[in-house]
Amino acid sequence: MNSNFDRTISQEDVLKRRATLLQRLHIDGWLLLIILMLAAGSLFVLYSASGKHWELLMKQASSFGLGIGAMIVIAQFEPRFMARWVPLAYVVGVALLLVVEIMGHTAMGATRWINIPGVIRFQPSEFMKIIMPATIAWYLSRHNLPPKFKHIVVSLVLILVPFVLILKQPDLGTGLLILASGAFVLFMAGLQWRWIVGAVAAVVPVAVAMWYFVLHDYQKQRVLTFLDPESDPLGTGWNIIQSKAAIGSGGVFGKGWLLGTQSHLDFLPESHTDFIIAVLGEEFGLVGVCLLLVVYLLLIGRGLVITAQAQTLFGKLLAGSLTMTFFVYVFVNIGMVSGLLPVVGVPLPFISYGGTHLVTLLSGFGVLMAIHTHRKWIAQV
Amino acid sequence: MPQPIRLKDHERDARLVRRRVIVGAVAVLLLTCVLIARLYYLQVIQYEYHSTLSENNRVHVQPIPPTRGLIFDRNGVIIADNRPSFSLSVTRERAGDWEKTLDVIVEVLQLTPDDRALFERRMKQGRRPFEPVPILFELTEEQIARVAVNQFRLPGVEVVAQLVRHYPQGAHFAHSVGYVGRINEKELKQLDPVNYSGTHHIGKTGIERFYEDQLHGEVGYEEVETNARGRVLRVLKRTDPKPGKDLVLTLDVRLQEAAEAALAGRRGAIVAIEPSSGDVLAMVSQPSFDPNPFVTGISFKAYAELRDSIDRPLYNRVLRGLYPPGSTIKPMVAVSGLDAGVVTPATRVFDPGFYQLPNYDHKYRNWNRSGDGWVNLESAIMRSNDTYFYDLAHKMGIDRLHQYMSRFGFGQRVALDMFEESAGLMPSREWKRARYRQAWYPGETLILGIGQGYMQATPLQLAQATALMANRGKWIRPHLAKTIEGQPPLDPNPVPDITLRDPKFWDYSRFGMEQVVHAPRGTAHKVGATSVYRIAGKSGTAQVVAIKQGEKYDRNKVQERHRDHALFVAFAPAEDPRIAVAVMVENGEGGSSVAAPVAKQVMDAWLLGEDGQLRPEFRPPQPLAEQQSANR
Repeated sequence: MNSNFDRTISQEDVLKRRATLLQRLHIDGWLLLIILMLAAGSLFVLYSASGKHWELLMKQASSFGLGIGAMIVIAQFEPRFMARWVPLAYVVGVALLLVVEIMGHTAMGATRWINIPGVIRFQPSEFMKIIMPATIAWYLSRHNLPPKFKHIVVSLVLILVPFVLILKQPDLGTGLLILASGAFVLFMAGLQWRWIVGAVAAVVPVAVAMWYFVLHDYQKQRVLTFLDPESDPLGTGWNIIQSKAAIGSGGVFGKGWLLGTQSHLDFLPESHTDFIIAVLGEEFGLVGVCLLLVVYLLLIGRGLVITAQAQTLFGKLLAGSLTMTFFVYVFVNIGMVSGLLPVVGVPLPFISYGGTHLVTLLSGFGVLMAIHTHRKWIAQV
Repeated sequence: MPQPIRLKDHERDARLVRRRVIVGAVAVLLLTCVLIARLYYLQVIQYEYHSTLSENNRVHVQPIPPTRGLIFDRNGVIIADNRPSFSLSVTRERAGDWEKTLDVIVEVLQLTPDDRALFERRMKQGRRPFEPVPILFELTEEQIARVAVNQFRLPGVEVVAQLVRHYPQGAHFAHSVGYVGRINEKELKQLDPVNYSGTHHIGKTGIERFYEDQLHGEVGYEEVETNARGRVLRVLKRTDPKPGKDLVLTLDVRLQEAAEAALAGRRGAIVAIEPSSGDVLAMVSQPSFDPNPFVTGISFKAYAELRDSIDRPLYNRVLRGLYPPGSTIKPMVAVSGLDAGVVTPATRVFDPGFYQLPNYDHKYRNWNRSGDGWVNLESAIMRSNDTYFYDLAHKMGIDRLHQYMSRFGFGQRVALDMFEESAGLMPSREWKRARYRQAWYPGETLILGIGQGYMQATPLQLAQATALMANRGKWIRPHLAKTIEGQPPLDPNPVPDITLRDPKFWDYSRFGMEQVVHAPRGTAHKVGATSVYRIAGKSGTAQVVAIKQGEKYDRNKVQERHRDHALFVAFAPAEDPRIAVAVMVENGEGGSSVAAPVAKQVMDAWLLGEDGQLRPEFRPPQPLAEQQSANR
């Protein structure tokens, strides 16, 4: 400890000041550090995946800037203040989904966008990615844990309404993620294991019955193609066959940056969006992908620590759900590209090209930061 | 058992959540291990396989387009088939500098810079990697040989045999069957990209377009191994395409040709329907055009000629030609008047040659200036007396008239499978308010009664309304497809039959139609004089230019193109109708003199055998005694 009279500025002081600066800005240093690492990695891989497309890179960089800005703004809010506005936000979100649904019917074909030219253009379903878990967290945190049957039913209704609306858009990927984010809140809230096991057990016979009694032949065909895309080598199967070849040919150490052939020879559509992990796998090999997974695990680890240390129940549930949903993103995307899971349109968080998903993701981490940095400094007993 | 009130127990909740966090962390780790295992499997265990695959990327999936279904007429005569045709394809990824390759092609085949521009446009439409893009169709033997000799200078260029749609009947069915053409950008956005991945053509008009889904079939594919130059070495896996369904039409080639011959080079439209089935037996719109050039891409000059021709060969007069139906609708108006109860079969009207509404001095003229004297419903149809129908329409009023005529199909699309069809126009009070912001005037009802004024109908609607007269109101939508792969097409939206208070009402009107042809004073008695069977018909003229009040119709003043269109509708044999016909001769002037003989020729072609007598299948059943004597 330095005495107050000692005016020499030591290394320690600088660190403390920095810490206080971050604290004052309500930023969690760990999260910020990992996110910046991922951003750098993203630009690095995208440069190759897009075929050295400089403009695209600039767009992605500015999306990161915008997203980090949003994250810092959101981090300023008190979680209690957030909780107060969550129910209203939920109602607005569902209303917007309905608007999109109606517009989709009147305009040509399906639409996911609310578009007020010159003012704003956004997807309500993205907005729901944060509002959904927040709503369930707000609802469950008002009662004792574990949730009673009545609360579970209400939660499920709250989850299913937006899920069905998004499913109709049709956007299966986003719908499932939103469903998962709501379900994780219930899980974190200590939903009894018997319910969880029961729900999983109930899905199986319902699915079987649907298969035999409800679905038409062409719908069955669609489901089969969905489960086994390689049976349709001219459609989605093409991407999977090619992305597996790309990843597989990378081997342990990869072919080297900018040297991937699959992604550059136009074999792989969407190589800079949903299928970008194939480029990473091809150019940096198993080592590169594992490195990325480790960074993801660090981020998730930090998120779980924040969950455990959160002081309000609302904060705990929300932080836990956001963190687990983030992992689902990672797992579904990599599983899909490597041919382990069916193809649903889910981007690889922080790495795929795309402004909307970045802003949503970073807003989510802004919420995590807010939960963590607004704790009251009471002694932990 | 009463529960104690539980306070919120933060410590307990925190412990619970913490336990769940640990469970979550374990799950995350486990699933991450699954991902790593999968990547290990792909990148280490299967490394050899994938690296050879990507090294020369030798395995390609090639779509195999399905064979388009054939189209036959009702007797099995081929109307649309597929012919092998050789086209030149370029695979962009293999051609290296493809722009240079195009230059070589132009040089080798001695083509023009215009062709090169066209090739470039087609090249830019490439859809998936390594897909050969066809740039030139219908190669001649000589061109194939030239390409073969210069193959070494043309990497990624190959001659491909494709099945291309061909219409052996040429111009006969251009307006009914339509044609296929190259898929354009707009269609590309709307169709299923997988199913059409090997297909270059899509139905553009007529039957080809309406039944596109059934005719197309389902795509197949093969995984082939190629060498570095793109030559296929072997097929690894093949899934056969499902060919499109064959279509049998209701049309009859023989009758179609007879009907076209009957028009004898004049512009016009003919529709023939079998009343009992709704089968369209012939559908003629003259002049026509050869659909074959449209398949591979018609030259701009040839297309412009068709488009700008004063005779409008591309114009489908049967489905899109809108004409005031004139007197041809009088039989239907008469039936409506009987059913509405505004006239009876015995009602008589005195015709001085014109009709006046009470308190108006405007004279609504009868075509016969001297007047027909006393007329009743039958003789009014026979003489095509306008005055009688002015009176009838006035008594019915626009609302009832609109309601009845709509039930005969006017003002709506009647066909089952012709998407180009216009709805025509059956005016009503509401329509006029919406269109002109004006009230409906009684005088407008009068001229509607004789099929003039705002009303517009297509030749198909006239034929269908006539078939309804023949059928006594039984509604079957007219259709061109008899069977698709043996299955008749289903009407998803059937029209309710027209039921009258007394079915006898049909007979009065039908008898009037018979008188038109067979009574000495009937407007078309010249046709009846030579007929071996009884015809029920009605003539009409569709006014092209409105004549000013009091001005005489002077045919010398009016240019030929401004003369009235001649109309005739008929069905026969009158007692047991087997065919209903509507004829429109553009600028033909006289319904009875010009259009009626055409209609009779068409009916003769259908009903009469070689011997000039009714074919056996169309003869009325003979009494038993006669049959026995015939058998002896």
